[in-house]
Amino acid sequence: MNYIVPEFEIERNPNKCISCGACVRQCSYEVHYFDDDGKTVLADDSKCVACHRCAAVCPTRAIKIKKYDMAYKEHFNWTPTTQKEINLQAATGGVLLSGMSNNKPYPIYWDKILLNASQVTNPSIDPLREPMEIRTFLGKKPEKLEFDEDGGLKTKIPPQIQLETPIMFSAMSFGSISFNAQKSLAMAAKELGTLFNTGEGGLHPKLEEFKDNAVVQVASGRFGVHKQYLESGRFIEIKIGQGAKPGIGGHLPGEKVTVEVSNARMIPVGSDAISPAPHHDIYSIEDLRQLIWSLKEATCYKKPVAVKIAAVHNCSAIVSGVARAGADIIVMDGFRGGTGAAPTRIRDNVGIPIELALAAVDQRLRDESIRSCVSLVAAGSFRNSADIVKAIALGADAVYVASAPLIAMGCHMCQQCHSGKCNWGIATQRPDLVKRLNPEIMYKRVVNLINAWNHEIKEMLGGMGLNSIDSLRGNRLMLRGIGLSEKELEILGISHAGE
Amino acid sequence: MLKREGQVRIPSGCAISAVTDTLGKRFSGTDIIDSIALMHDRSNGLGGGFAAYGIYPEFKDLYAFHIFYDDNDARVKTEEFLFKHYDVEYFEQIPTRKISSIGKAPLIWRYFGAVPISKMKKNDYDDDEYTAKCVIRINNEITGSYVFSSGKNMGAFKAVGYPEDVGEYYMLDEYKAHTWTAHGRFPTNTPGWWGGAHPFTLLDWSIVHNGEISSYDANRRFVEQFGYHCNLQTDTEVITYLFDLLVRRQGLKLDMAASVLAAPEWTVIDSMSEKDKELYTALRTVYSSCLINGPFSILVGSKHGLLALNDRLKLRSLITAKKDSKIYFASEESAIRVICPEPEEIKAVEGGVPIFIPFAEVNG
Repeated sequence: MNYIVPEFEIERNPNKCISCGACVRQCSYEVHYFDDDGKTVLADDSKCVACHRCAAVCPTRAIKIKKYDMAYKEHFNWTPTTQKEINLQAATGGVLLSGMSNNKPYPIYWDKILLNASQVTNPSIDPLREPMEIRTFLGKKPEKLEFDEDGGLKTKIPPQIQLETPIMFSAMSFGSISFNAQKSLAMAAKELGTLFNTGEGGLHPKLEEFKDNAVVQVASGRFGVHKQYLESGRFIEIKIGQGAKPGIGGHLPGEKVTVEVSNARMIPVGSDAISPAPHHDIYSIEDLRQLIWSLKEATCYKKPVAVKIAAVHNCSAIVSGVARAGADIIVMDGFRGGTGAAPTRIRDNVGIPIELALAAVDQRLRDESIRSCVSLVAAGSFRNSADIVKAIALGADAVYVASAPLIAMGCHMCQQCHSGKCNWGIATQRPDLVKRLNPEIMYKRVVNLINAWNHEIKEMLGGMGLNSIDSLRGNRLMLRGIGLSEKELEILGISHAGE
Repeated sequence: MLKREGQVRIPSGCAISAVTDTLGKRFSGTDIIDSIALMHDRSNGLGGGFAAYGIYPEFKDLYAFHIFYDDNDARVKTEEFLFKHYDVEYFEQIPTRKISSIGKAPLIWRYFGAVPISKMKKNDYDDDEYTAKCVIRINNEITGSYVFSSGKNMGAFKAVGYPEDVGEYYMLDEYKAHTWTAHGRFPTNTPGWWGGAHPFTLLDWSIVHNGEISSYDANRRFVEQFGYHCNLQTDTEVITYLFDLLVRRQGLKLDMAASVLAAPEWTVIDSMSEKDKELYTALRTVYSSCLINGPFSILVGSKHGLLALNDRLKLRSLITAKKDSKIYFASEESAIRVICPEPEEIKAVEGGVPIFIPFAEVNG
């Protein structure tokens, strides 16, 4: 007997259904099937994940997906979800897995921060009429510039990354997402003048042409890392942690390790790709320093080296150490950051919000007078351009986004990335599913999305009387909290609305 | 109760004006008072002030400290500090005239002193750095005491009131300087503290500013990494610190610093020669947080000369004119014509394009 009540219910309108079987063919979860008569389409509700693929492909709009209406004896503590999870574990003895990001109702501070606008005493600036600059540079900056007698520049500037938008695409490996999904991001990054990130999956030979827009990642499994790979990227990112699962490594199931994935990762076909929780050559900050400088040495000091950490309780001190260890860019990933697969308990309970981490870290680096030595990239759920403007005003140089472009490519947040059955061709390696995602079409949707956000950022900048993103960075006077406690305001370093 | 300058950030509109003689000839403050007086309506009586260069030729190598005291107690404490840290050659109450429109005044004193050689032997920084530290200490640590001028052969004079009244109050018609700047303030709050009037000064820097910068907090949080404290929370204060950091402490040329504060746009940089492109890209990336954004027009006095700078979108008026050996700047053309009816040349200062008038050897 199965104790698990389905989450969703398929409602098929018999007057509309023409028994074409599109839903049957499209559903990788095998929810829809033909009855023995070969005509009537039926559904196994228990398998439905609400990814909406069937509803989207149904030519007669005969399908609706509804919440499965099952009454429980009400209990505030023992919710249906809680009971379902216990039953799942009772049946399997396994760790609960989830995809995407923390979906518990923790405070979303972006929604409790308001932006400023100019009125009377200084004019707002119209981005349609005046230049509005959002070009962003990442990399270590010297404390000062020196010039020779003739006014020529004497200081040698460490390598800088020029971005035409403060928005980059965060790490998603080939393996966790499909080749077509990664290619779409690569194409979009190229057109937008920004970067995509290979994650810990190596760089597919067919994506070599996008290497000038790639960030290459070195994570604890070291999959796909070799000299040429390191030299391919615009910068190298050492991944220590990820917001969705701080403190643990990664796991790509063997079923997802196809020939192509195995080539890119340099591991046998069909073998599980397990990244250890720590890097086994980094047990301390001194060890990290050695890896940073080894990577710089290996790439002749031409590539900035970034270090990505999950936002955790002590992140200010950690980031200060990482900056002093020689990182050029520090990425902080908040607890709402996405993932292809994470243990549910970790995804939903470990780490802290990026808003608080970012504010604390930026202030700490300033208190230590080392903020300018390092670029700060914030990650861990930016849903729209306003979130990004707030992050930059708190102190970020740039942000990483991933979930938003995935949604632009078809993701419906069904949170089943770990199953490898993504019906939208994103988080899957099944050739029949992958080919559903056409990079030529999808990259344009991603470009549209980021261009739209760029426009909105410019509008908000202009409204604040700024015409360069440089003047927004760390400009917390542009922010006010709403409904926040004194302590929260103190950590965010902002005043309350009305002050 | 209304908060005092420094406890709260107070935006304000303003009028500014300046006259300098390129031959270094000194002239009285009458012209500058007449110029700023014409722009009466751009101030609201809540702050006016002047800076004058070349006024103390008899003490030209000594630091001239102008200090406001709330009471005699503050004076005693400050003098104890000053006499310990400087060889003070001369000091006195700054002479003033009774003016009905100028309200309750603090005690206003000035001191001329040199850094004792014995002090400098112990330190690895120069006289200017020593003096900057002393000024910051007095302003931060001695309650009721505020140093509002600390350069050599220059001085600031300011008060709560209309600038023309402030000029008369301080008897500026009796001083002679080769360069004068003036400021009339229109704060949108009424703190009524004399220290909050402009110009803002540090060492020989003096800045008068018309505008309200929207990049304030980005600028503030950047300079505070270098040990500055933006106690007054004013634009002028943070702009002064940016100049002090870039020019005095980091050694940038003044025009270079100007192109950091009002940086060329990226589209302009992109079309520069490779060498300039590298230079300006470096300036913009390394000093990105020094970019001043929003409307501003500033007149920056220093030992180097007088610099006029407008924001890069030209969101505030600033006019310049030339007649004989004199160069004029003002928020309004009329404020120049009232003291120089027929200039040889008169034009608007271009957005983001600095005009620098180096000081000549002082004559007369």
